[in-house]
Amino acid sequence: MRTVFCGLGFVEVETPVLLTTVAPEEHIVPVRCGQRLLATSPELQMKELMAAGFDRIYQVTRSFRAGERGRRHVPEFTILEWYRKADSLDALRTDLEALLSGIALEALGRPAVEWQGRTVDFSPPYRVVPVREAFLRHAGWDPVRDFDADRFDLDLVERIEPNLGRGKPEILAFYPIPQASLARPHPQDPDVALRLELYVEGMELANGFVELSDPAIQEARFRESAAAIRRRGRKPPPLPAAFLAALPYLPDCVGIALGIDRLIMLLTDAADIDQVRTFAPDEA
Amino acid sequence: MGVIDAGQLKKGLAVLIDNVPHLIAELDFVKPGKGQALYKCKLRNLRTDQLYDRTYRSGERFETADVTESDLQFLYADGDFLHFMHTQTFEQLDLRRDAAGDALNFLKESMVVKGLVYNGHPISIDLPNFVNLLVAEAEPGVKGDTAAGASKPVTMETGLVVQVPLFINQGETLRIDTRTGAYVERVKR
Repeated sequence: MRTVFCGLGFVEVETPVLLTTVAPEEHIVPVRCGQRLLATSPELQMKELMAAGFDRIYQVTRSFRAGERGRRHVPEFTILEWYRKADSLDALRTDLEALLSGIALEALGRPAVEWQGRTVDFSPPYRVVPVREAFLRHAGWDPVRDFDADRFDLDLVERIEPNLGRGKPEILAFYPIPQASLARPHPQDPDVALRLELYVEGMELANGFVELSDPAIQEARFRESAAAIRRRGRKPPPLPAAFLAALPYLPDCVGIALGIDRLIMLLTDAADIDQVRTFAPDEA
Repeated sequence: MGVIDAGQLKKGLAVLIDNVPHLIAELDFVKPGKGQALYKCKLRNLRTDQLYDRTYRSGERFETADVTESDLQFLYADGDFLHFMHTQTFEQLDLRRDAAGDALNFLKESMVVKGLVYNGHPISIDLPNFVNLLVAEAEPGVKGDTAAGASKPVTMETGLVVQVPLFINQGETLRIDTRTGAYVERVKR
C-alpha cells in the first residue's frame, strides 16, 4: 500500500486522534475522551493540510465511532484516507484501481482473490454506476427526485448493496445532495453530489468525494447536521471553526477513506471483521 | 414484558411482530455510508417455525414477548390437543395438535420434552434427537433370510411404523431418530 502511494507521489502524514471537535454527522456518534472527542475520521485535519498547500497526502490511522458493532463494524477501526488535487471523481477511480490491483498483486501475487467462495478480480477498470440508475433498476424509484432518507437506507442495504461489486469492485456514484454533507454538487446536475462509494461483493469498502470548498454552504450543512443530531436527543459537537476558516484556501481536491480492516477481510477470505483484528473490541 | 428499541434487539430475544412471537435467530448491525444504523435480522415465527429476513431502523419499537423454554412432561393426547405438565409448576398446559407436527409419533406418556411457553401457553415443543420406543407389533423374523439390508416394517407403541432389520421382535426397545423417523439400533434392557 505504501509502495503504491509512494509511486503515485503521495506524502504520508499524521493528524491528531484526540480532537476538540469533529464534523457533526446525524448518524455518527463520537467517543468522548475527557473534555475531548476521539476522531471519527481524519477528514477535517487532512483538508486543513491540503488548504495549507500539500499536493497529495495519505495516512493510515485509527478512527472511533461509538456503538458500531457488527460483522463489518468495530467501534475502533483503521482508516486509510487520502487527498489529491483534482476536480472529478475519475481521479479517485484511477487511484482505487491502482491501489487495489497493486495490493492484490503484492500481497497474493495475482490480481484476483477468493472471498467466501467467490472470485474477486481487482484488475481495472472498475465500473461506475450512478445512484439514480441503481435505485431505478433494483428498487424501482428515483432517490434523487424523491429523496426519502429512511427508504434510501433500507433499500440501499436490502436491494442495492447485494448487487454491487459482484466479481469485481464497482463504484456507486452521484448521491442525492442530502446524502453528502461534505461533497461538491455535480456541475451539470446540481441535484446530485460528487460522492462515490466503492463496493466489493456487496461490502462497502471506501467513501470519497470531490470536496466542498464553499465555507458558507459547508457551515449551513454543518448546522443542519447539528440540528438533526439535537432532534435525535444528542448533543452535537462544537462547530469546527478552524476547519471552516481554512476552507477558502482548499484547492480543488478529492478525498477518500477506505476501511483497511475490510480490505484485509477480502485479502484473507475472512467473513467477520473480528478475524482480522488482533483483539476483538470486548477482549482488549 | 417491555418495549425496546431496534438498537436493543439481541440474538435469542423474542419479540411480538403483528402480535405473533418471533425469535431473533440472527442479528447483524449494518450502517451504509453516511446512513443510519440498521439491524438485519433473521426472525423465526414461533408459531409456524418459518424463518425470514427483516431489516429494522433505530427508533422502531418492539414489544418483547414473554417466551420461556420449559421442561414439559407429556400426559396424553385427545381431539385437538396434546396435554403436558410443566415440571416446575405442575400446571397442565395444552398444545394445539397442528402445532405439534409429527411429534405424536415419538411421544409416550411421561416423556419430558423442551417446550416454548408464551403467555402461559406452549407454542412449540422440541423433541430430543433420539427416543427409545417399544415395538408393539412385529412379524417374527424369517429364519434363513440373512440377505444384507433385508428389512421389515414394525409398529411401535406410538403407532409409528419403522423399517427395521429382520431380527427385531415384538417387545423389544428401539432407538429411533425423531428427525427422520428411522430406526437407529436395538436398546438392551
